[in-house]
Amino acid sequence: MKFKRFWTMFLARNREFFRDRAAFGWNFLFPFLIVAGFGVIFGSRAYTVYKIGIFPYESKTVSMENVNLPQNFLSMRHLNFIGFKSAQEGLTKLRHHKIDFLIKIGTQPPQYWISDSSPKGYIVEKIFYSSLVPAENMGLATKKEIEGRQIRYIDWLFPGILAMNMMFSALWGVGYIVVRYRKNGVLKRLKATPLTAFEYLSAQMLSRIFLLMFTLTVVWIGCDLIFSFYIGGSYFDLFLVFLIGSLSLTALGLVLASRGTSEEFTTGILNFISWPMMFLSEVWFSLEGAPNWVKMFAEIFPLTHMLRAVRKIMNDGAGLLDVSMELTVLSLMAVTFLIAGASMFSWNK
Amino acid sequence: MPHLLEVKNLVKKYEKIVAVNGVTFSIESGICFGLLGPNGAGKTTTIEVIEDVISPTSGEIIYRGEPRSAAFRENVGIQFQQTALLSFLTVRETLETFQSLYSNTHHLDELVALCHLKDFQHQYNDKISGGQRQRFMLALALINQPELVFLDEPSTGLDPQARRNLWDVIDQIKNGGKTVILTTHYMEEAQQLCDQVAIMDYGKIIAQGSPDELIKKYSAEITVILPKKAANGAWRELSMKYHEFADRIEINTSDLNACLKELLSKRMDLTDMTVRGSNLENVFLNLTGRQLRE
Repeated sequence: MKFKRFWTMFLARNREFFRDRAAFGWNFLFPFLIVAGFGVIFGSRAYTVYKIGIFPYESKTVSMENVNLPQNFLSMRHLNFIGFKSAQEGLTKLRHHKIDFLIKIGTQPPQYWISDSSPKGYIVEKIFYSSLVPAENMGLATKKEIEGRQIRYIDWLFPGILAMNMMFSALWGVGYIVVRYRKNGVLKRLKATPLTAFEYLSAQMLSRIFLLMFTLTVVWIGCDLIFSFYIGGSYFDLFLVFLIGSLSLTALGLVLASRGTSEEFTTGILNFISWPMMFLSEVWFSLEGAPNWVKMFAEIFPLTHMLRAVRKIMNDGAGLLDVSMELTVLSLMAVTFLIAGASMFSWNK
Repeated sequence: MPHLLEVKNLVKKYEKIVAVNGVTFSIESGICFGLLGPNGAGKTTTIEVIEDVISPTSGEIIYRGEPRSAAFRENVGIQFQQTALLSFLTVRETLETFQSLYSNTHHLDELVALCHLKDFQHQYNDKISGGQRQRFMLALALINQPELVFLDEPSTGLDPQARRNLWDVIDQIKNGGKTVILTTHYMEEAQQLCDQVAIMDYGKIIAQGSPDELIKKYSAEITVILPKKAANGAWRELSMKYHEFADRIEINTSDLNACLKELLSKRMDLTDMTVRGSNLENVFLNLTGRQLRE
């Protein structure tokens, strides 16, 4: 391996990334917009979880004063009341799951409709019934506060969004780009030079890891200025986990890049891998309570281990020793993917 | 004098298609060797196998008396027929990038001057015209001061002026003592640039030699070209050998006076007639019964 050739390819790829202004901007803007969006939505107490239709009502906006429903139901957080002029209008919305619950006002006792196939409707029904129970009968359970520092949803979500962005960037930035280069003849042109496959692939990988870590740092600083994230552990540990995580994700991208000249086929494969990885690696929601086989299946994804380690450090203040298992798995995955990608690589097939 | 390159019984098959079928030739140092043939004849496949870009099904390629080694790539320069380059790099940056991949390289400013790239060297490599692009690709092929240069259809798609400019540059490369292997389906290009020519058809070499030798051997005749409307339908009665095309007939003759006499005797209108000396196009026509660009 000649370092000069590796370095040339590394610089060329970085130049390409930084000069492609649209892609460059989007790489920073995308995670920032998602974090900002979720910050606004979940930071607000007015965040709506359930939508409840009321009829007959003249306007869409419902005023609590002139609705004959239990006051504690109307004042519950995360419920949004929407007025409908007729039952037919409300039932159509309910049938199409645009609302979760429909109540007719002005009747005693109140009449309501739910869709039996809607889990949300079922929950609202229980909430509605609980609001009908007199307050003096509610003392059967006692609320206790969580001890210690509360983790905001945005603190839990933030590493997930960063990791998800890294995953997409690693898989598409290596997998898709190399296949495109193979298809349009760039790889053939490079093959005609003394550049070796090892030099080329290592330059691609390290360039992507550098760009991932650079993007991560910029987005982190930008989001932290706005949301002031709580970091329980050390920044160095976090950086290390992200670094090893990006290595394993980029190496996975390399496996996808090793063969093929069809961008459409590669897109399909990338979607096939990235979507389950995004949903099962707990980027958006926890797998707590999911069937065991789903949890086991999620372990095959590097994103699962990276995210678990990051959250342990960020949310729980864990150290490197506490995440050694995740780091070991990520490293093993990276080595396996690297060997597979390098051995399968072809310049033109 | 030992050959610089020897190709022996080269075969390249793609499933059921035989793209190259037993090609054999050798090239001496310092000449321009042309592989001439119509599209699909197997020229590009042949040189890509020689370049070590694709592997042969069978056959041997000997460079400087030995099978090609890793050093082969340091010594050859390649201009592909179609290629893309790394994006978002200027012409000069692309040259610098490729320069860094080789041990022995051309001085960049000299190369820019040789290939006339100065005016657009700071433009992105995908924002230049067709003629500029071909000269730039040629510069990339020369970046490592190769002793053997492969040019695959270097002037395809260029207007006549740009083509002539490119030929001048290739002439300079030749005069600099480099060996050039050129593929083309333009007989004029082959005649202008090549010292030796191999004519390919359906994956095989059907004739080989210098352009003059081939013309002498396969087409020593003069060609009389007559628009069909002027020939008045009477060409079918001609005693001479002719080829019929959609808009014209071409008569091959070694006795122009006799030919003209016969045409006049058939009451043909010779106002729009043209007379052409023999060339490689005639050689191909006589060998295959088809035109190079059919």
